[in-house]
Amino acid sequence: MIRLPHLLALIALPVLLAAAASAGQDRALWPEVPKAIGTPHPEGNEYWRRHHPDLLRHDRDLTLRMGDRTVRASLRQCLVCHAVTGPDARPVAAGDPGGFCAVCHEYAAVSIDCFTCHKATPDARGLRVIEKARAMGNTPETATMIADYLEALQKGTAFAPQPEATE
Amino acid sequence: MERTIYREIGLSRGLAGAAAIVALALLAGLIAVVVIEEGGHIVTGMTNQIVWGTPHIFAIFLIVAASGALNVASIASVFGRSAYKPLSRLSGLLAIALLVGGLAVLVLDLGRADRLIVAMTTYNFSSIFAWNIFLYTGFIVVTALYLFVQMSRGGARRYVPAAGLLAFLWRLALTTGTGSIFGWLVARPAYDAAIMAPLFIAMSFSFGLAVFIIVLVTLSRLGNRPLGLGLVTRLARLLALFVAAVLYFTAVQHLTNLYAQEHAGIEAFILRTGGLYTWLFWGGQVILGGLLPMAMIFGSKNLGIGDAVLASLFVIAGGFAQLYVIIIGGQAYPLEIFPGFVTSSSFQDGVVAAYTPSWSEIALGLGGVGIAAALTLLGVKVLRILPTNLGDANLAAQARVQSA
Amino acid sequence: MKQPTPRPDAVPPSRRDFLRAGAAVATITLAPGVTLTAFGGSAEAEADANHRWGLLVDAGKCDPDCSACVSACSQENGWHDTGHPETDAQWIRKVDLTEIATGRELSLPVMCQHCESPPCVDVCPTGASFRRADGIVLVDKHICIGCRYCMMACPFKARSFIHETVPDADKRSFAPRGRGTVESCTLCVHRVDAGRVPACVEACAATGHNAILFGDLNDPESEISKALAQYPSMALRDDLGLDPGVRYAGL
Repeated sequence: MIRLPHLLALIALPVLLAAAASAGQDRALWPEVPKAIGTPHPEGNEYWRRHHPDLLRHDRDLTLRMGDRTVRASLRQCLVCHAVTGPDARPVAAGDPGGFCAVCHEYAAVSIDCFTCHKATPDARGLRVIEKARAMGNTPETATMIADYLEALQKGTAFAPQPEATE
Repeated sequence: MERTIYREIGLSRGLAGAAAIVALALLAGLIAVVVIEEGGHIVTGMTNQIVWGTPHIFAIFLIVAASGALNVASIASVFGRSAYKPLSRLSGLLAIALLVGGLAVLVLDLGRADRLIVAMTTYNFSSIFAWNIFLYTGFIVVTALYLFVQMSRGGARRYVPAAGLLAFLWRLALTTGTGSIFGWLVARPAYDAAIMAPLFIAMSFSFGLAVFIIVLVTLSRLGNRPLGLGLVTRLARLLALFVAAVLYFTAVQHLTNLYAQEHAGIEAFILRTGGLYTWLFWGGQVILGGLLPMAMIFGSKNLGIGDAVLASLFVIAGGFAQLYVIIIGGQAYPLEIFPGFVTSSSFQDGVVAAYTPSWSEIALGLGGVGIAAALTLLGVKVLRILPTNLGDANLAAQARVQSA
Repeated sequence: MKQPTPRPDAVPPSRRDFLRAGAAVATITLAPGVTLTAFGGSAEAEADANHRWGLLVDAGKCDPDCSACVSACSQENGWHDTGHPETDAQWIRKVDLTEIATGRELSLPVMCQHCESPPCVDVCPTGASFRRADGIVLVDKHICIGCRYCMMACPFKARSFIHETVPDADKRSFAPRGRGTVESCTLCVHRVDAGRVPACVEACAATGHNAILFGDLNDPESEISKALAQYPSMALRDDLGLDPGVRYAGL
């Protein structure tokens, strides 16, 4: 609806890309996108950087209004691979300073309205998967484990056991 | 013989004082907005039972009064009473100012006021609220157009009657829409009645004219313009008629409800056992805002301008009491989900909901009044709204010229 | 069964507009997702009009001292008592009833009744309040402006306004909720879409009371339809003709 932030984001994008290209020398000037775990997006990062607002908006309507949960852009899934762990070893909320989304959004001065309602951290079971994946390192088994978890999220079978959801 | 000449009002100590008071109201509103936006609605007195509170009383009063304030202009250009013609411009300006003030309160009270753009771009046309968004913004446009043709010097003046008729019809639709916000709530026994629409129209005539009288007298003083007692008396007598109309529709509403046994509970609550709400109904709406001003206006042979202002203040006070009873009282009375059963729960089922207005809600409402007042003052300061002479002799001369 | 990762074939950026056009369709129309499936990646949308999900509450089986359904809902969806009873959200509540004429006492849960003709949907200015094809009434918090007109319109007091900021730790990834918007029972739509039953129903069954039955009202062979056909039941505020999906027996 508000096109201005998108416009700003688009203006900021070439800058971001340039930053990525010349990574290393200008680190301090440009946002440093936190590394993700799991299998990379086949569409490539540039595609997702550019299109994630539209993809998320499109898929949110599919899920909420039509009940279609087999969508490609699901915040819940994003948060698994893109979780950022803070200095206290707890996940940083994606929209909070240092969180995955905030890194670029703060740079481009685009506010995020997702996490006023959506949980900005993975839930308990997701946290365990992430922890395990980190311990296992970048192996095919890790990728499979994460893929399995993402699929479980999508199918709605990955419910956090009741008591730990509050932790 | 003097023509009706419209002039901006000059800067004076009185105007500066008025502006200072208005600025205080705006500041109060601003602080309230910050506090409510920062802390959430938990800082207000509104709850899950009383979901609409004091801001809505202010907002609906201002919106209803806005359409009523336009009546003076309608009387002149739609019903051909030329004596009211010099007041038409002020009538239009005040109507826009009051509506903007009311809308501001309504919008700033939203849970997600930051999503105003959503409200303006995403519509569900089965909602009277969505229709009202068009009725309200359209009212501003139509009234501005009306004001423009009135104030233009050239050929556009011949569209005054047409613009006046459009504005009059639009304001009837607007108040019907506002009344229907309540009238179409099938679930609540206090509302759910077609009479809400005409009742709100009568209320708008009454509240709007009361506000108009006070604003007219105040601005005449601030602008140092002569104001005829005859004109004010005439407005006051009209006000008394409108007050009677509100009492009439209120009586019909309650008598109809009293006849239906299913509404016995809510009627007893408002009329007899509701405590504050009962006091506000009888003491506030009926006596202070109804019978007393009527007695003052109809009972006095030589009504002074001060009396007319006092009567108007009573009407406004009664109007607030009436809206408090309708909005808060209507929600406070428990919903009857299980007829024939006494109910209790942790969610206030079966009990009269408590409500205490918070200072932030009142400040927000005053902010809306401040916006309306600021726009009005600004309008008469920079635009040729107020006639230089509203003396009776001058007006009578004008009327003779026009009818000749 | 779908493979979320590795992701489906890379979508060229030129398809962006196509996707966005689809979003508009999904937002504006509530038609079944036939046109959307072409690029939505799913075989079929879950919410289809052949189902009508509903509940049957048997007041006779509901224990006045039990509130397992309420705790389960609270746990599942992340709303709870914050010490402000007048502003705290309650998606489901236990109501204690005493019949005036007879003194008969009973207790039952009240939640969103998921009406066929929901007044909350009619009055919502932005269309945030909506009814899914399968009868589940939801709030689209993406476009809810927090006007609370739906709360004025609901005959069952089923909706709550979120008065305070919801801490991230309280949120559930399956049940977004945030300050300034209105919410109510979702019939655990995330569970229903996954073929499971709502949390309240599961919890009630776990206590052995089995006072809440969940199922498809459109399927004459479903347990709920059979029970409805066999025993007398009623809808709350039947006089309003809203045809709620939640029915009550033993009232």
